Amino acid sequence: MAGAKEIRTKIASIKNTQKITKAMEMVAASKMRRAQERRRAAMPYAQKIRNVIGHLRLANPDYRHPYLTERVAKTAGIIVVSTDRGLCGGLNVNIFKQVLVEIRQYEEAGIAVELCLIGSKAQQFFRRLKYPIASTVTHLGDKPHAHALIGAVKVMLDGYTEGRIDRLSIVHAEFVNTMSQKPVAIQLLPAEPVKSSELQDMWDYIYEPSAAELLEGFMARYIESQVYLGAVENLACEMAARMVAMKSATDNAGKLIDELQLIYNKARQAAITKEISEIVGGAAAV
Amino acid sequence: MASTINVDIVSAEGAIHSGVAVMVFVPATQGELGIAPRHAPLLTLLKAGEVRVQTVEGEELSFYVGGGALEIQPQRVTVLADTAIRAHDLDEAHAMAAKQRAEELMSNAADEMGLAEAHAELLRAVTQLKMLDKFRKMRK
Repeated sequence: MAGAKEIRTKIASIKNTQKITKAMEMVAASKMRRAQERRRAAMPYAQKIRNVIGHLRLANPDYRHPYLTERVAKTAGIIVVSTDRGLCGGLNVNIFKQVLVEIRQYEEAGIAVELCLIGSKAQQFFRRLKYPIASTVTHLGDKPHAHALIGAVKVMLDGYTEGRIDRLSIVHAEFVNTMSQKPVAIQLLPAEPVKSSELQDMWDYIYEPSAAELLEGFMARYIESQVYLGAVENLACEMAARMVAMKSATDNAGKLIDELQLIYNKARQAAITKEISEIVGGAAAV
Repeated sequence: MASTINVDIVSAEGAIHSGVAVMVFVPATQGELGIAPRHAPLLTLLKAGEVRVQTVEGEELSFYVGGGALEIQPQRVTVLADTAIRAHDLDEAHAMAAKQRAEELMSNAADEMGLAEAHAELLRAVTQLKMLDKFRKMRK
């Protein structure tokens, strides 16, 4: 029965793994719900500020902010949002693929790239590549706070104001539904105007204090809110992807256990048959 | 009925208040601002302080904001409240920290590159030694 014993320990160990994956699945499910709520909560701010910026883009103050004006691109900044932890299926890989596609497009157009990395998975991936990294931030946790992102984003914004980068985009996963998340690339700078059909309000604002100072504050908040929204959305995606990955792991473990159980039963049966036939053979000899 | 104005107070991490008011007071950087319905469109930044909303029922609601931005449309006031304490120096410090992390990451990558190369070198040497060993055994 040596074989049978080995199979039994193997079954026990797979059962333990299954328990873990099951627990991770349930944790991810509950975290996903909370992450989605957080995403919903972040929506109004992002929408409101996007409207304001859209108005501003149409407005004609005596001062044109660099964030609103298109210029010839030599270097492009990309903000890459990834997860801090693994075990979430192909989520990060898909995001990185999208980033590499973007990078290749830029390089074909003769534009250099500079990266801002959010999440330790992006760090692990892009540190091996040759692209310059301007800023990073990791370990945002399950409740990302907007202020944790300020520093990393400011480096890119400063780069844009100083003329080090001429364009800024963000790549993160978009939450389609629980089963599917797809990477999206959104251009942040220069800010794209809101479609004119969405605008019914007046945009001939009084600026207080000066337009320059004001736009600086508004644009920084706009970009930060977009990045924050990206981070929150990515978190919801991470949890959904992990939930699905862990569910399939649990299912696989179950299948494996069933198969092993069958093999174990057969081995046990064979051993019993052998024993009986030995006894019967012995009795016949007597 | 007195004319009214819609008030939305939102922060990056959630909506705080949404309702109708007859008068709104906000702490703008240039001094406190009172906003009545049909105010001219205006953009301004807010400093830390109290946003007061006078409702139609005559109640006065009060919200604390740590700074932020404000948009006024004739029929609507939008307060975009900051969740973090903002100051130029503080933002600068955050930016420096993020930059430093990136630099560390890049220099560490170089180290790891060296390590990986050394590893590969070692592997090659070990394989060569094994091959030599094999040849020696074959000759015997």
